[in-house]
Amino acid sequence: MGIARRRFDCLVIGAGGGGLRAALQLAQEDLHVAVVSKVFPTRSHTVAAQGGINAALGNALPDNWHWHMYDTVKGSDYLGDQDAIEYMCRVAPRLVIELEHYGVPFTRLDNGRIYQRAFGGQSQNFGGDQAARTCPAADRTGHALLHTLYQQNMRAQTHFFDEYFAIDLLRDEEGFVVGALVLDIESGEPLVIEAKTTLLATGGACRIFRTSSNAMINTGDGIGMALRAGLPAQDMEFVQFHPTGIAGYGMLISEGVRGEGGYLVNKDGERFMERYAPKALDLASRDVVSRSIAIELREGRGCGPDGDHVLLKVDHLGADLIKKRLPGIRESAMHFAGTDPCEVPIPVAPTAHYSMGGIPTNLHGQVVAPERHGPEEAVPGLYAAGECACVSVHGANRLGGNSLLDIIVFGRAAGEHMAEYIRENPYNRPVADEAVDRAMQGLSRWDRKGDGISVADMYDRMSRVMEQNCSVFRTEEVMAEGVKRILELEEQLEDVRLSDHSRTFNTARIEALELGNLMEVAVATMLSAAARTESRGAHSHVDYPDRDDKNWLKHTLYLKDGHVLDYKPVRMRPLSVEAFPPKERVY
Amino acid sequence: MDADLGRLRWRSRRGMLELDVLLERFLKRHGEQLDSRDRAAYARLLECADEDLHAWFSGRMECPHAEFSELIRRVRAG
Ligand SMILES: Cc1cc2nc3c(=O)[nH]c(=O)nc-3n(C[C@H](O)[C@H](O)[C@H](O)COP(=O)(O)OP(=O)(O)OC[C@H]3O[C@@H](n4cnc5c(N)ncnc54)[C@H](O)[C@@H]3O)c2cc1C
Repeated sequence: MGIARRRFDCLVIGAGGGGLRAALQLAQEDLHVAVVSKVFPTRSHTVAAQGGINAALGNALPDNWHWHMYDTVKGSDYLGDQDAIEYMCRVAPRLVIELEHYGVPFTRLDNGRIYQRAFGGQSQNFGGDQAARTCPAADRTGHALLHTLYQQNMRAQTHFFDEYFAIDLLRDEEGFVVGALVLDIESGEPLVIEAKTTLLATGGACRIFRTSSNAMINTGDGIGMALRAGLPAQDMEFVQFHPTGIAGYGMLISEGVRGEGGYLVNKDGERFMERYAPKALDLASRDVVSRSIAIELREGRGCGPDGDHVLLKVDHLGADLIKKRLPGIRESAMHFAGTDPCEVPIPVAPTAHYSMGGIPTNLHGQVVAPERHGPEEAVPGLYAAGECACVSVHGANRLGGNSLLDIIVFGRAAGEHMAEYIRENPYNRPVADEAVDRAMQGLSRWDRKGDGISVADMYDRMSRVMEQNCSVFRTEEVMAEGVKRILELEEQLEDVRLSDHSRTFNTARIEALELGNLMEVAVATMLSAAARTESRGAHSHVDYPDRDDKNWLKHTLYLKDGHVLDYKPVRMRPLSVEAFPPKERVY
Repeated sequence: MDADLGRLRWRSRRGMLELDVLLERFLKRHGEQLDSRDRAAYARLLECADEDLHAWFSGRMECPHAEFSELIRRVRAG
């Protein structure tokens, strides 16, 4: 075995807000920390978050962590675990102030306190007046957060492996996770990183859908790794869609455009929202607008040669108003749709925005898995945090501003617990060559030569199936067909071949590895969705339009081996306060 | 594959979809023709923060570094 090895106390896979917050915690404990990231850390997807981070500071309007907890439980459509939600909302104010001390330049009120803006789903007094809970750093909150955490990690001497791609986890005979096999993208050489504890913080997976607001790097690698290690993925059917992404690309056109008077039309020029939401029209809630668009497309009233989008009309607002109030949107439309919205409507379609599901963890960030019909247990040495994890604070639906909070709170909690774990398990466990060999097969598989389907072609097929059969328009029939199609593609993955087998900076090879992970996530999502015969949060099932607490107030667990689905109860008991029992969710 | 171009391609993968699409499109159309000076400048441009690139490409802000202005114009033009 000629594969180089490096040894650390902790391995953090992913350098977004979640990974960097955990790494900082560990480095401050004087542990030897390696952070692996496939792109340069400050280019992680966290930079895209503009809106802000939630915490009940009560700086702008009265607020209380308990109200925040209520909103989050309700927003989750009661699928969120109430112990984790209580923990997150309670520590939020302290951790946001801590971020400020680290140097995040939050926007301020005149009195010097952190400015807070109102977002949807935020209330005072358990469902009363609007609350203002979101703390922005101008319109670059994610950027500020990521850069600050990166600087702090540099200071704390975290060791960064930039442009290294994690391929698979390494487990020993007793099930301990002992590190990972990674690939140096520059040289194309594999490397074994041995660690006493490993954290997965690889971010979201919305690239399984053809139209997504996520950067190309959001390919669900950590979830793929967990599944291949025999661990479950939880609640994968819950994906949040935004109704208006630029058709064919997916970048967001914010609600603001419809707020200013823009409206949607189908290929006949009909303002179709009049049929679906006669009162709220184009400003109905995100899921209603998304589904209405999806129905128009399904029923053949979509625009363009493929009938795959509708049009967002703004030209009637006049060029002056558009240039003054919506300059960014105009620029986006011109760049990506190639037309000026002052003259031509913007082609839009629902776009996949956030993955609520992920690798199941407890509130310490420990990955948990069911033990042969028994209750779940922590997987020794393995942690997960951020969008790739499912702790679960978002349940069936995430509230805006809660995901940046999630990554900070549970990134930190994971770091704390990893340090404690290392005090009890102070030695690196041996990493057997067999484990490395097994992981290497995932890489050497791409050395096979000959004719076959290309990576790009397979990605296209997979992401189209997910878009057609598992996005916002879900019926029994549509999803049954989706299951069939995605399982066929999963089999055909074997036939995908690379034509370029070079080593140095061979991005085609990296994209092939990503495709493998995307396929794992797509299958998990499709099967989990097809099985859930109710509508809850982001999963809206046309044939089962109501929430069914009697049968479905439970988390889905998907296991790769045999494509098995299992379920586990929602943790309805908070840590210190009374539970919020399920109620109808009306806003 | 041309490793140099591979490096530029990978570093064009960013934290924001808008940048991914613009940069990928630029490289697809012009990558092969870039001479070594252009490549070096493009590599330096990629060192800049996502937020800044986004502001420059969208025209929201003027890039203060003159050496990039021609490149930025070309990326914007697609
Ligand atoms: C357009 C947009 C706007 C948003 N706005 C907000 C907002 O205003 N407020 C809010 O709360 N949330 C917002 N969100 C959601 C939020 O940004 C994300 O959920 C969050 O940033 C995820 O952080 P993370 O640390 O889990 O992962 P990421 O920031 O995605 O980082 C993942 C890391 O993992 C690394 N990685 C992945 N795979 C591998 C691999 N195989 N090997 C090595 N490294 C790997 C990547 O290089 C990266 O460093 C927004 C999302 C989008 C798409």
